[in-house]
Amino acid sequence: MLQDILVTGLVNGGVYALLAIGFSLIFGVARIVNIAHTAFYMLAAYCFYVLLTKTGLGFLLSGLISITAVTLLSVICYRLVIEPVREHDAAVLIATIALALVFQELMLFVFGGNYLGIPSTLEGAVIILGVSIPYQRLLILVVAAVMLLAVWFVLYRTRLGLAIRATANDLEVANLMGMNVNRIAMATVAISVALASVAGVVVAPVYVVDPFMWLAPLVTMLAIVVLGGLGSLKGSLIGALIIGYVEAITVFAVPAGAYLKGAVALLIMVIVLLARPEGLFGVVFEEER
Amino acid sequence: MLRSIIAVAALALAAFGVQAQTIKIAILGPMAFVQGENHWAGAEMARDEINKAGGINVGGRRMQIELIRADTNEIQSVPDATNAVERVVTRDKVDFIIGGFRSEAVLAMQEVAADHKKLFLGAGAAHPLLGVRLDQNYDRYKYWFRVTPLHVGDLVKASFAVLGVAAERFRKDQKMAMPKVAIIAEKAIWTEGIVKAAQANFPKMKLEVVGLWQPSAVATDATAEIAAIKRAGANIVFTVLSGPVGIVVGRQMGEQQLPAIAVGINVEAQKDEFWQAAAGKANYVATLDTVSDVEMTPKTIPFYKAFRERFKKAPTYNASGTYDALHLLKEVIEKAGSTEADKLIPIMEKTVFTGVAGVIEFDKRHDLIFGPGRVTGLGVQWQDGKKVPFWPPQVKGMQPFKIPAR
Repeated sequence: MLQDILVTGLVNGGVYALLAIGFSLIFGVARIVNIAHTAFYMLAAYCFYVLLTKTGLGFLLSGLISITAVTLLSVICYRLVIEPVREHDAAVLIATIALALVFQELMLFVFGGNYLGIPSTLEGAVIILGVSIPYQRLLILVVAAVMLLAVWFVLYRTRLGLAIRATANDLEVANLMGMNVNRIAMATVAISVALASVAGVVVAPVYVVDPFMWLAPLVTMLAIVVLGGLGSLKGSLIGALIIGYVEAITVFAVPAGAYLKGAVALLIMVIVLLARPEGLFGVVFEEER
Repeated sequence: MLRSIIAVAALALAAFGVQAQTIKIAILGPMAFVQGENHWAGAEMARDEINKAGGINVGGRRMQIELIRADTNEIQSVPDATNAVERVVTRDKVDFIIGGFRSEAVLAMQEVAADHKKLFLGAGAAHPLLGVRLDQNYDRYKYWFRVTPLHVGDLVKASFAVLGVAAERFRKDQKMAMPKVAIIAEKAIWTEGIVKAAQANFPKMKLEVVGLWQPSAVATDATAEIAAIKRAGANIVFTVLSGPVGIVVGRQMGEQQLPAIAVGINVEAQKDEFWQAAAGKANYVATLDTVSDVEMTPKTIPFYKAFRERFKKAPTYNASGTYDALHLLKEVIEKAGSTEADKLIPIMEKTVFTGVAGVIEFDKRHDLIFGPGRVTGLGVQWQDGKKVPFWPPQVKGMQPFKIPAR
């Protein structure tokens, strides 16, 4: 049983990590409360589904087109919906909830409430410690690691990353220092949505595509980013693994309580926050905007 | 001026005349979802057949059927469902109501129908309370009849019979005296009775229960559950699933190469779209179903073929149930010579009607009578992308149930 928990927790933690990276960037680092983040993940999954199954473009081309199209859409949405209310966090929150619901209803209108399946990019499975792991999940682990490194590089080794961190720390001062804060925010939204789209393309084949698929990951992502600590990519990775392992332990220890795995994960988050309000690896912001 | 007034009056009278010649029937379902689509498709088929044959003879007057399509949105919102019933009764002035899917919503819709004394023919919800309410207050709830599906208690019997077929194959082909069964049931009220019955009866059926797993009905991932079931050494996974987790379990069992087959109730696996949704990974998944292209009654195959030809996909139980409900209603109205609910109810209670999924006869709770010669349900198994019927054995056209080679 121990090896089952070890392997299952790691693999599921990897899936969550890939989903959490983009959310960590937008919510944890840039402090933009974009509730529509996972709705973009849903749009990418639908886009990938249509291109792959209806046009026969192949995995790579379908994936690239989906990621590009959804990222461009996010820039348009930023200019039309987020930028006009950018200075008011509550307004951004409400506007992005509305945006997510619009996307949900649009997908419901176009595709109906049917559950759709995306074929795996990599077929087959490998046995690790007696546990069967599909190659698609290993691919997710690899992509999550690459994305984490890429985001870390952008944030800590480029001028754009410095600007993103600066505007996140203090919007007004960054503005006074001559930074185009709106353009930086737009770039942050675009990068984070690109990451959500990558997740949509790589993760959706292990789940089911439907118009409500953005809701469950949104709650999990919020938990991971808050648990790991706002502003910390490392924290998000650790948070994702903790949630993955807690869920696996719950299922193996209390099979008849498997439905509680999400609740147990959220309970752990609450306990950590009570003991350490800034999260496990959180950056303490002196003045919250 | 006078000519205009006469023309308007004539048009109004003509409109009134047309209105008076129709029987308005509301078809209620979640129209953005497969269930509602099937309610509506089954209703359209029945309406076209009845109207083409001259309509319904109400005491010597031929009346056409007019359908009112009402989206209940009940999968997302129960209040939307009750609002839809209120709307069709008070605004559209319908004579009858047919449909419903989600038990929580149908229980509330049943109340609204009872308030307005409207005959409500259920075509989707299985919760036993819908029938139990007639025991509690017959005069209020007598307007409810469940045309499909069987109520949960009978679903248990049918699903155990289907499981028995799978167990027998393991005993014969793999020489197992007591095949091991893992129960995976979504956490919901409707599964509680089935889980208790399964745990109590499986040992009597010479089946060893290796564990119970209860994921959420909307879980998007069941890898941990499947890894645990694999570790427990199960040969059969008895499923009690109605939500999208049914697709997840079917697909991930294939992906994780679980050497066991899924048998039981898996509502998503009843749909044609299941194979695609599970990305072709759900081979050998078996479920209790309602209708297929086998002769459950003389009406089954003609209905199944006509439906496939018209809608380019197989009907679900919501389609066959709604189709049967309209034809049943026609027969009962013609017997009564009236559309008044209170005159129809005693006749409906005594009617034995041959539908497409079995012979419909109601018990005291206005539930279907279960058993051979009445309604039994149907066992189907996904075999290489095709949904193959295998149970009940007495029905012509059944095919062998398959288990994967060890």
